[in-house]
Order: sequence, then structure tokens, then C-alpha cells
Amino acid sequence: MDFGLSEEQELLQETLRSFIARDCPPTRLREIFDADAGHDPAHWNALVEMGVAGLVIPEAYGGAGLELLDLALVAEVLGEGAFPSPFFGHSLASLAIVLGGSDAQKESWLPRLASGDVLGTIAFGEGDESWDPSAWQMRRVDEKLTGMKGYVPHANVADLIVVGLAGGELALVERSAEGVKLEAIDAVDRTRPLYKLSLDAVVAEVLAVAAASRVRDAGLVLLAADAFGSASKLVEMSVEYAKTRQQFGQVIGQFQAVKHQLADMTTAIEPARGLFWHAAYAFDHLPDEAERGAALAKAHLTDVFMQTARDAVEAHGGIGFTWESDVQIWFKRAMFDRAFLGTPPGHRERAATLAGW
Amino acid sequence: MDLKYSEEYEAYRAELRAFLAANWPPKGAGAELSFREQAAVFRQHAIDAGYVARGIPKQYGGSERAADVLKARIIAEEFRRAKAPGEVRGIGASMLVPTLIEKGAEWQKERFVPPTIRGEMVWCQGYSEPGSGSDLASLQTRAELVGDEWVINGHKVWTSGADQADFMFCLCRTEPEAKKHGGISYLLIDMKSPGIEVRPLRQMTGTADFCEVFFSDVRTPKDHIVGKRGEGWIVSRSTLKHERDMIGSAESSLLTFRNLVRLAQSTQRGGRPAIEDPAIRQELAEIEGYVRSHVYSGYRQLTAASKGGSAGIASMLNKLTSSNIGHRISRLALELVGDAGLCSPNGDPIMSVNPRGESGWVTQYMWSLGIAIAGGTANIQRNIIAERGLGLPRERAAQESR
Repeated sequence: MDFGLSEEQELLQETLRSFIARDCPPTRLREIFDADAGHDPAHWNALVEMGVAGLVIPEAYGGAGLELLDLALVAEVLGEGAFPSPFFGHSLASLAIVLGGSDAQKESWLPRLASGDVLGTIAFGEGDESWDPSAWQMRRVDEKLTGMKGYVPHANVADLIVVGLAGGELALVERSAEGVKLEAIDAVDRTRPLYKLSLDAVVAEVLAVAAASRVRDAGLVLLAADAFGSASKLVEMSVEYAKTRQQFGQVIGQFQAVKHQLADMTTAIEPARGLFWHAAYAFDHLPDEAERGAALAKAHLTDVFMQTARDAVEAHGGIGFTWESDVQIWFKRAMFDRAFLGTPPGHRERAATLAGW
Repeated sequence: MDLKYSEEYEAYRAELRAFLAANWPPKGAGAELSFREQAAVFRQHAIDAGYVARGIPKQYGGSERAADVLKARIIAEEFRRAKAPGEVRGIGASMLVPTLIEKGAEWQKERFVPPTIRGEMVWCQGYSEPGSGSDLASLQTRAELVGDEWVINGHKVWTSGADQADFMFCLCRTEPEAKKHGGISYLLIDMKSPGIEVRPLRQMTGTADFCEVFFSDVRTPKDHIVGKRGEGWIVSRSTLKHERDMIGSAESSLLTFRNLVRLAQSTQRGGRPAIEDPAIRQELAEIEGYVRSHVYSGYRQLTAASKGGSAGIASMLNKLTSSNIGHRISRLALELVGDAGLCSPNGDPIMSVNPRGESGWVTQYMWSLGIAIAGGTANIQRNIIAERGLGLPRERAAQESR
């Protein structure tokens, strides 16, 4: 019975933390946020060198062969730094091929995804909250795809796009293929830019096994982990602010009203760490609990993160409402985490059904 | 991370199951005894076998085993499964005994610990006073040393079980000249002493589960003090810590939540089970997010403790988390019982993970507030989290009254 992290896992998190503190401090984060690129290619290369790009790709294909928990621990730290990175889409695209690819498909793509030569992303939703595989309409006719997908993260830098099809199948589309068109969306979270993807008779191959639900579950866990890391960071920023900001001749952190708000923020987020840990562990080890655990973790943590972000703005007062304040960067990350792959009510309803309620 | 127990622990569990199967419930002549006697006989076997009173040295009647939080958890799980009487419950065993083991004089341990862990000596706690709740250290009950005895005058309140207790551990002001915290001593008082008057205190549920205790020239021997004069505040700190752990149990949150789900399944709303109502399903799933977080946070604290460490600030959040959850659960339950919420609850027992019928949930709705107050109010918990956990400065008023 060990509900804790290994030394390797703690080391992975510490390594990433120091990398972000050094290479993407708030000043650099701000520059990327205010530009259009949505990430710094040098940062992505650094993550690739740390092995993050191939973390869950089997060793036989050049990856580290680790589990979803390890990936989620990375997502947590990236959330802490509001780190602009194609990590999320790349991880899910890789997992899709790990879980659904034929041997030939794995052989063809996984080594390049692990080495960072190919950057992947996913195209799931088709608008109107159609995130669930059962809602997808895109069909493949004569080995070709025609149709539209909304909200594809970091599609501008992706080489390979895993596209969800009607019936929960997944297809592989190369961005450079003929008939692929991208249109930038004015996305709220500039650390994870979104694109509308139009396909016009694009040649696409389908993955051997329909793994869409599993990939969705992994995505929910990663968003939950990101939400935990991000919300924890906001609590930390608010506490630090309360220790330095003075009003009425004392630091505001001495006022009970502020103290209690910060204590409530802590009480809301800190115990929920185990929720994403457990959901990630269940994904690889407890098949009966995996889907429901992922749904509850995403719903709970992204809801708590959104509330934490609102509280953080309030704790910072007027400055918290400005573009100049870093709080807005995490506030918008909360909006992304909450809405991407579907808002909490849908996942709660699914969890209720899965429980037999 | 590995949620299975290792072979060593599974072997321990198997051994324990065999012990329970052989000893509980009692067979043969043992089965003829009263429940109280059966429990006493069984508990002694369990102490001898090392399953109960593990933290208590053998010389004081315990089984003196090395601390092992995983074994402790397995014991709790298996005793619950077998419905076997485990550790004696109550404030004496859970709060006084650890304090005596840590801070008591030798004769006090010998005299008080063995009967208390056997359930033969019952205790109550004399802490709160009408004028001293959250600001406990401002307490005014006086104890004056006259010859070989302390003479006690004052008034304690919220004293659970004072009407049935044999003894009270009590905080009294013995050094009126000293500063607030430094003027308190921790005394042990025989509840049969002349001058003690116990009155029931009726709470909003209609029943009286607490007492008030009045002291008029009550006498207790000079050596019935734990620690030195003026050290009572420090001595009492270890006990309060124990009470917080006791109330902050994630297990009870989980069990209560499961019973809430059953209530939603068995209650009709608009001609169909309430659990089919989308709003109820949302609320249940939302509460479950908090319950699971609490349970896994407990796993994490358990793991940290088993490695000799601590889960940091997480352990300071247990009580507030648990009372927040209790609140939400009982609020939804009150909604589910509908019209029954118009009726007075009919004398149901104190807070339970499995409230009986609609009235039981109405009682629970009120008791969830009591739990948020007892042992340190929610607002005091927030102060502790903010000041000790987050490192925020103390309020000026609190600083100045030290």
C-alpha cells in the first residue's frame, strides 16, 4: 500500500520545475502570451531532451515506457508554470497510437513522436460541445475525410493530427496533406492556441483499434492534473501577495477575511491532489474504475480551479483584474481546462450513469 | 504508487482474520455472557495478541507494538468487517491516555491507563467555559492549592458524558498572576467529589448530549496534576491534536455519502426515484468529488506516515474538509426528505454515518453544525491553516492578548 510518488517521479517534477523557473519565468511567459506563436520551439526541444515527448511511448519504440501518472505529474508542473507548450495534444496523439495503432502504424510513427521529429495533436470536438466520441459525425469515405473539427490545440505547429471519426474510430492526418486547412481561433488561453481544422477529401489512414474513449479519459486526467498544478500556483501567488500588500497600515494577510479566503482556497484544492493521482493510476491499473475516475477528476478539479482563479483575482484586488497581472494568465488556463473535452456537468452525468445511479 | 498491500501485510491480514474468526463473536459458554462482558473478554484477547492498545506499554495494560500505520489500518478494516469491539471509544482512551503516556507521572499512568483502555474507567473533558470557547486560554475556572488539595470553583460547558463519567481531566487557572497561557494547570478530578453539579445541556436537536458542570469548592488531591503548575496549556495541546484526527476521519465521510446515495435511490420525487433527477445526480457527483479527494488525501497522509514523514499542510485540512462535506451531504439529504424537514427530529442518536429514516437525516442536518464547531470551530480551523500552514501573520488582537 503506497499512495505516494517514487523518487524518480519526484525528481522528474523537480527537474521540470527548475527548467521552467529558469527558462520560462513570468517575464518570458508574458512575452509568449502576448505574441501569437503559443509556445517557444526552444522550450519544446528542451522538453523533448528531458524525454517528455516520449514518456508513455514504449521503450521498444524509443520512448520511456512510463504510465499516465508520470505524464500527469508533468502536466501538473506545466500547469504551475502556465507553461505554453504543445505537450497536451502531443501526448494524446502519441497515446492514441500506443493504444490503437497496428504494429506497422506504431513502427511508423512512435519513434518519431518520441524523438520530437514529429509533433502531434488531436482533433476531437466538432462544436456544440461534441467532445464525446459518441457525438462525432466525421466520416471516412473512399479512404478520404471531409468535414470540420473545432478547437484543435497547437495545430499550427503539429505535423500529425489524430482525428476522431463517427463510431469512435481515430484517423491519422498529416498537416501537410492536400486538402488540410487551418484557421486560427481567437482563443482565450494564449498558452494553448486553438485552430479550426477543415478537411476536404484528405487521405487518411484509420488506427487499427478504436481507442477514442481511452484517449479521452487520458486527456481528462491530464487536464485535471494541469488544473491542480495551476490552482496550487494561484494559491501560492495569492498568499505571497497577502504577505506583502499593505492596507490600513498592515499586510492584508493579517486580516481574518483574507486569511479565511486563502485557507478556504487551500482546503478546496490541496486534498484534490489524490483525485488526479488515483485517476491516473486507475487508467493503467484499475480498468473498472478508470473511466469514472477520469470523469470525476476532470469535473472536480477544473471546477475547483475555476473557483480558485476567481478567488485569486479577488485576493489580488484591482491589480488582479488587469492585463498586467499574471493572475489573468492562469485564470484563462482555468477557462481552457474547464471547457476543453467538455464542461463538468457532462462528466458528472456520465459518472452518475457509470455508477448505476 | 501501488494500492495493493505487500505480501508481508497480506499475511498479517490473514493472521488477523483467523484470530477474529476464532474469537468473535464468542462461542460456547462465552456466548452466554452479556455484550459488555463478551466485549471485555474479547478485548483482553485482542490486547494479548497485539491488535488493540498497540501504542500503550505492556506495564500499563497495552500490547506495546512498534507503530505501524499500515497495520493499524488493516486492524481497523478487519475489526469493522467482523463487527468486533476494537479500541475502547471515548475521550478517555483517545485523548487522556496519549497525554498521560507522554506527560503523566508514573503513578498516574499505572493507576489511570489500564482501567481506561479496558473501558472500566470513563472520562469527560473539562475545557470550554461559557466565556471561553475559541479563546480557550482565557478560561476562568479557578483551582487554589489549600494544604494538600486543590480547591476548584467555576463552570465548564459542552462536557460530553459528564453525567456518566468517573473522572474529568480539566483545565483550571492556578496561577492568576501569570500571563494567560502560563496560568493554567491540567487537573484530574473525581466526578463523585462533593460540590460537583452536573446539568444536562439541551442542544437544538432537542436531546441533551452534553452537560454543564458547576464546581463549588470541589477538592482533588495535590498530586492529581499532569505536568507542572502552569504547564496545563502545553499538556492539553497533545489531546486537542488527537481529537482533530479523530473527527477528521475520511472513512465516515465516505460511509455517510454511500448512505446518502441510498437515500436518493429510495426516495420518490415526482413519481420516480429522486436519483433519476438530473439536479440530484449533479449534486451527488459533485459531493463525491470532495469525498474522494478527502479519502485519497487520507491515503496520502497514511503513506507519508508509514515512511516516517508527513503530508504537510494536508493534515491540517482534515477537520474543515470533513465538516464541509458533512454539511453538503446533510443539506442534500434534507432536500430529499422534503416535508419531513417540517417536523422535529424525534430523539435520534448523535451524528451517525447511517442516520435512521427521515428523522435521522433531519437530526444529521443539525448535527453537521455541531461537528463544525466541536473541537475547534471552522473559523478557528481556517486561522490554523492560514497561520501555521500558509505562514500568514497572526491577527493583532490575538497577538496582544497573549
